[in-house]
Amino acid sequence: MISNILFLIVAALGIGLFVWQIRKITRNINMGRDKKISGDVSERIKTLLLVAFGQQKMFKRPLPAVLHLFVYVGFLVINVEVIEILIDGIFGTHRVLGVLGPVYSVLMAINEVLGLLVIVACVIFLARRYVTKVPRLTRGAEMRAWPKLDATVILVTEIVLMLALFAFNIADQKLAQLGGHTLPGVFPVSGPLVNLFGSDVSTLTVIAGIGWWVHIVGILAFMNYLPSSKHFHIITSFPNVYYTKLEPKGQFSNVESITHEIKAMLDPSYVVPPAPEGTDPQKFGAKDVEDLTWKQLLDSYTCTECGRCTSVCPANLTGKLLSPRKIVMDTRDRMEEKGESPLIFDPAKYTEESERVKATEERTLLRGYVTPEELWACTTCNACVESCPVNINQLSTIIDLRRFLVLEESAAPASLNTMFNNIENNGAPWAFSPSDRFNWADDLYTVSKN
Amino acid sequence: MAEKKQIQVPVMADLASRGETPEVLFWVGCAGAFDDRYKSVTRAFVRILEHVGTKYAVLGMEETCTGDPAKRAGNEFLFQMQAMTNIATLDGYGIKTIVTACPHCFNTIKNEYPALGGNYEVIHHSTFLQNLINEGKVKIAGGGEFKGKRITFHDSCYLGRANNIYEAPREVLAALDADLVEMKRSRANGLCCGAGGAQMWKEPEPGNKDINVERAEEAIGTGATIIASACPFCMTMMADGVKSHNKEDSVQVFDIAELIAQAEGINA
Repeated sequence: MISNILFLIVAALGIGLFVWQIRKITRNINMGRDKKISGDVSERIKTLLLVAFGQQKMFKRPLPAVLHLFVYVGFLVINVEVIEILIDGIFGTHRVLGVLGPVYSVLMAINEVLGLLVIVACVIFLARRYVTKVPRLTRGAEMRAWPKLDATVILVTEIVLMLALFAFNIADQKLAQLGGHTLPGVFPVSGPLVNLFGSDVSTLTVIAGIGWWVHIVGILAFMNYLPSSKHFHIITSFPNVYYTKLEPKGQFSNVESITHEIKAMLDPSYVVPPAPEGTDPQKFGAKDVEDLTWKQLLDSYTCTECGRCTSVCPANLTGKLLSPRKIVMDTRDRMEEKGESPLIFDPAKYTEESERVKATEERTLLRGYVTPEELWACTTCNACVESCPVNINQLSTIIDLRRFLVLEESAAPASLNTMFNNIENNGAPWAFSPSDRFNWADDLYTVSKN
Repeated sequence: MAEKKQIQVPVMADLASRGETPEVLFWVGCAGAFDDRYKSVTRAFVRILEHVGTKYAVLGMEETCTGDPAKRAGNEFLFQMQAMTNIATLDGYGIKTIVTACPHCFNTIKNEYPALGGNYEVIHHSTFLQNLINEGKVKIAGGGEFKGKRITFHDSCYLGRANNIYEAPREVLAALDADLVEMKRSRANGLCCGAGGAQMWKEPEPGNKDINVERAEEAIGTGATIIASACPFCMTMMADGVKSHNKEDSVQVFDIAELIAQAEGINA
């Protein structure tokens, strides 16, 4: 009875804390500009099924894709067991879903196999970080102490959770065996290990108890760790993929306020519609997180820091400062610095995080975190956007920051200002005379075959 | 009977004064009009248009920059000024269909002009050429002089990832009956030439290598003697990249329209 009440308190605390953190994150995302993203529901659902549920883009790189699939499917299926644990914990029942009979057996069997695969995958993932040192996971200015620690915490936690589950299953089976009855379910992994912990009933009871509690408390704790971690993508990737930009990747957003301004300039009778409430109609582009859209901020909370974007970025590949992943991570850090911090990660608490910003003026996203040099290295090639397994649009943020540099600060590189002047004066980005535009057609001959 | 003939490129203003409308407006683009190397692509494409008897016209002196480099560089104001000017010109002539040999012009007019009131069917010349080949209007009997030659195609970002056009230029090249080889990074995984996003008009930011040098290395590595491209900026960057490896004598860069015109024997 006491354990039931204790469990209820722990579960309520865990869930309550999680909801409280989710509200903080939601407030952060809502700092962003309002942007209506709607329509094409069937296309969006298709994308959601393929890219988010189906992990389509992960399979551009087969090895991590398969390993990630183990962890992903393991997470989905093992959650069914978590439901059982919650029911057992609250009502003091024991393996309550056992009433499902053969269905339960199959479920337990799949669970155990997946549990083992999760451990295998996580061990290989750790090896990729610490032994083979896959460059995109270990290198780059943005891969500071916290992101590296975060990845390790996630992988170790997942291994511990799975081990706890197996410990519980082993001890539970042995206890049943000693008590002369059989457990519901089939246990292909823990079954053969049934004698691992000996046959002392009190020891086994303690082990089963520890296994059970570590698993469930671990899950609750891990859930509350999510908002501080890149692992938060297990929640945000679904809405983020649903709200993917469906227009061609080459289509950059239109700045409507500028359209109105130009129309008013060309036609004095044009009536400029009032700007939507809460937006600064005079500000073009993005200087800080609240100038970005909520989708761009959601992008940041979806980033798994996998570095695929940076590993295919032509600028980054040739030694330039630009790293699309850094821009996404900077956006999240800045959001939490300006808005609210989740429970565990507070940028200010990490000296390395707070010291790295060397802003001479205002410490905004632009200049405080992302330097113009990074932005001007971008070729807008969309390789980052194409590579992202959760459909983050790194390029849209880069362009909004560029817009602020050019339109609000007139801070484009001199050569680009020359190009702008050429377009304005000659109608071409080069300094050619407009009167020469049709010279290419002079003395043009062909061989007529008719 | 083959005979040398001069082409008088039809200008839209003249057609309009005669009350005529073209099937398609050929948007030449600034590179196509001013860049010495790319002018030959423009001329090759016009030869093909003449050869197949398409009723086309160009804007001539009335054409101005689409605003693409301004938009990529963040100068939305200048972009929209250019776009509105061009839309007024195009709409003034009642233009419905546009073909262009520049993926940047293509992307901008097709995707970004509609929000400013300019709605046209826009075709990139790779798709246009693909259609001509499929319809049998361009035959290239026996594959022409590129038969068996090793050619690699470099994807333009603004054609490929930006607009999902990967197969059209490859199908055009297939008509040459050449030995087509792919670079390791191709199609959706293609590596940029380094010129997009207004980089064409500025020095690269500090780094340890130029992007076009990296890409040219990959292209040369395929053993191809011809690098085919379908974008004026890619062409410049790839040619410069090849030069930086001192391979300009053994590896040449051509636009797909040049290859088709050459193979079809309509150059003069």
